[in-house]
Amino acid sequence: MSDQPVPDAGDTSHGFGRALVAVYAVFALAASARSIVQLFTELDSETVVPYVLSAFAGVVYVIATYALARSHRRLAAVTIGIELVGVITVGVLSLADAGLFPDQTVWSDFGRGYGFIPLVLPFVGLWWLRRTSSSAT
Amino acid sequence: MTDPVAYVIAILALLLAAFAGWHMVRDREFSNPLFYAVCVLEIVLVALLVGGSVALGSTSRDVDGVLFISYLVTMVVIPPAAVLWGIAEKSRWGTGVVVVAMLTIAALSVRLLGIWKGTYV
Repeated sequence: MSDQPVPDAGDTSHGFGRALVAVYAVFALAASARSIVQLFTELDSETVVPYVLSAFAGVVYVIATYALARSHRRLAAVTIGIELVGVITVGVLSLADAGLFPDQTVWSDFGRGYGFIPLVLPFVGLWWLRRTSSSAT
Repeated sequence: MTDPVAYVIAILALLLAAFAGWHMVRDREFSNPLFYAVCVLEIVLVALLVGGSVALGSTSRDVDGVLFISYLVTMVVIPPAAVLWGIAEKSRWGTGVVVVAMLTIAALSVRLLGIWKGTYV
């Protein structure tokens, strides 16, 4: 990782961050495990887009989990930002054209298959980053 | 693998989530009763892994075996991981981790039933 922890950086892995990291870990596992199963068992030309997207989402969640757990604030901000853009973009596209995503991903329909938590999570994550940065100064 | 098995585990996990949630709201430390309760659930989940694997081997159903076993293994791994991650945190959110984990177990249990019945892809 090129991201160096700044000595006085706000700690993101304690307090509420402890539970937040746990939620991120669940989604890192859910998204990446799902994509591994999909890529190995069901991949064909029609399903490349959703499955590669699932894999990408999995990687984003894994890195975000790591970044939050180790207080790499900038890395966390970037990955949570990608997550926010991803869930909104995929959410809009999947509603606009269902044919684009013939199979579910974590981000389809704004994460409806996962209780809309994927939609809420990046906002909570960014709030937490903001919150911990102001308390650190 | 039957409806009662999946739902009993889901309800057990939800009760534990409520118990851990009570700790969290009241700002209690990670208590021994909570720890033992998670241990009991863990034993049940290990039994589910063994029972589920045996059932998978003997069933004539068209179950996605890889997915089914990966769910069973995940369910066994989550509680110890949550306890390790949560117990090191001395604020209320240490038990908050257990709340998250138990809600996850409940969700996985219901999805596991779907995989067994072939209604969830």
